[in-house]
Amino acid sequence: MAETASPRFLRPLAAPAANAGAAISFGAEHPLVLDAGRALSPFTVAYMTYGTLNEARSNAVLVCHALTGDQFAASQHPVTGRPGWWETMIGPGRSIDTDRFYVICANVIGGCMGSTGPSDIDPATGKPYGLDFPLVTVRDMVRAQAMLLDALGIDEVLCVVGGSMGGMQVLQWAASYPERVVSAIPIATGARHSAQNIAFHEVGRQAIMADPDWKGGEYQLHGTKPDKGLAVARMAAHITYLSEAALQRKFGRSLQNRAEFSFAFRPDFQIESYLHHQGMTFVDRFDANSYLYITRAMDYFDLAEDYGGALAEAFVGSKTRFCIISFTSDWLFPTSENKRVAHALNAAAANVSFVEIETDRGHDAFLLDEPEMFATVRGFLNAVSSTRGIA
Amino acid sequence: MSAPALRPDLAAIADMIPPRARVLDIGCGDGALLEHLTRTKAVDVRGIELSQQNVNACVARGLSVLQGDADADLADYPSQIFDVAILSQTIQATRSPSKVLGHLLRIGRHAIVSLPNFGHWRIRLALLLNGRMPRTRALDHPWHETPNIHLCTIADFVALARDSGAVIDKAFALGEAGRTRPMEPDAWGPNIFADGAIFLLRPR
Repeated sequence: MAETASPRFLRPLAAPAANAGAAISFGAEHPLVLDAGRALSPFTVAYMTYGTLNEARSNAVLVCHALTGDQFAASQHPVTGRPGWWETMIGPGRSIDTDRFYVICANVIGGCMGSTGPSDIDPATGKPYGLDFPLVTVRDMVRAQAMLLDALGIDEVLCVVGGSMGGMQVLQWAASYPERVVSAIPIATGARHSAQNIAFHEVGRQAIMADPDWKGGEYQLHGTKPDKGLAVARMAAHITYLSEAALQRKFGRSLQNRAEFSFAFRPDFQIESYLHHQGMTFVDRFDANSYLYITRAMDYFDLAEDYGGALAEAFVGSKTRFCIISFTSDWLFPTSENKRVAHALNAAAANVSFVEIETDRGHDAFLLDEPEMFATVRGFLNAVSSTRGIA
Repeated sequence: MSAPALRPDLAAIADMIPPRARVLDIGCGDGALLEHLTRTKAVDVRGIELSQQNVNACVARGLSVLQGDADADLADYPSQIFDVAILSQTIQATRSPSKVLGHLLRIGRHAIVSLPNFGHWRIRLALLLNGRMPRTRALDHPWHETPNIHLCTIADFVALARDSGAVIDKAFALGEAGRTRPMEPDAWGPNIFADGAIFLLRPR
């Protein structure tokens, strides 16, 4: 990366100011009280907004991003220059219509796109936090977002929506702040991280920590970057985002730019080149320690556990309307996990709809062009808007 | 916005539902009945529907509907959480009608079941004369393609309901164009002349 403002405190992810969006900093009088029993203070929440807040302040839609996402949901990414990760969903005339709704998307706490995370300077030491950054949870991420909405003067959101870890935040929002959430769309998610999911995350974390450039998490001080480890973590994770059928359809056993095997450990197969590419591009936009922290937050997520083991208890008395969406070929957050949430909501007498979308694109389907998902979200938001008198 | 008229058999079901009841409609289709109940009786409604397109139609109507099927998903519902559980023109398409009926009677304080009558004289005659599985307007599939894998007569269903420990509070015969008239569950006439029937049941 070119931006090496100071060789001592390497900040490779410093975003060009023009596209960086907005940020609100919370000072010593507004600490973020964390589940880990520590307080984070001061801290910053970086966010983007799209559309216009109406006079009644009733048309806000909060979008929660996934593990490696960020606040640039519907606009060009300042580091990669690529379109926003959910531009197919959010925009003028789209399912989450920015002509009607005021869309807010914030970088999660612990992240690396402007919200306070392990690569930021610890005011107590004057050095990057590194592993001194406190462990954060999905609930902490949601707390920070609630403080952001307070600061923006938004009491109630029309909808909280997100996929994967974004969906976890949606569920946490509905459980923690039911009176602030009119409707919720958790997509391709679950109320807990499964043993298999934790296992894959641990592989990723170990790859990062095994990279000699990780330097016990103090790589910024040493002017190094554990790119190899982070790339391997991304490669392993990326496999879990795709389905076996889609991998077979897209790549099969095709060879990359060659007719025969190399009889060496070069990437012979197209699927290998593809994964290498995914890993290499990822390290340009993501911080390795953030990856450790955010995967850990997902691993710790078990909403039922916070409510005595009964998931339904998390939603008792909830007036929020839910629309849960899963994908047939998602094996990271399979339909069964999504349905478990639906049944808990039903048992709690909450208003819940559940749709399973047929696709072979696996977990990643929520980020892709899935017309049935767009139709579901559009129909649901229309119905919710009309009950709230939003044009 | 004036709503399209409800199909007569659905209207007959709607008539049996008290205002502000909690209702589960299993196989709710595009949600026409549920929307009608919401609007006219302030009923708190939930639906289960197999087809994704139908679920989307329901969601767009503002209804709470789960994509799923009666055989697999009813077991997950707590007992007695609905005032009325409706199974409309669906029981003949379930893998295990007796289990589904059992769940219906467990989940709801009342259950409403409507079904096509395979004992209709035209069906009897068609089988007698042609020796082939009969096809009617309502049941228009060849035997190897039909989703209706557990067809029965009115008398068959009455026997199953009683074996399942249900009390039949009301019964209606379905006639031409879905017209309904009250019937005695054990009368022989409807089992020959009715296109179908609607039953209001409750657990004993």
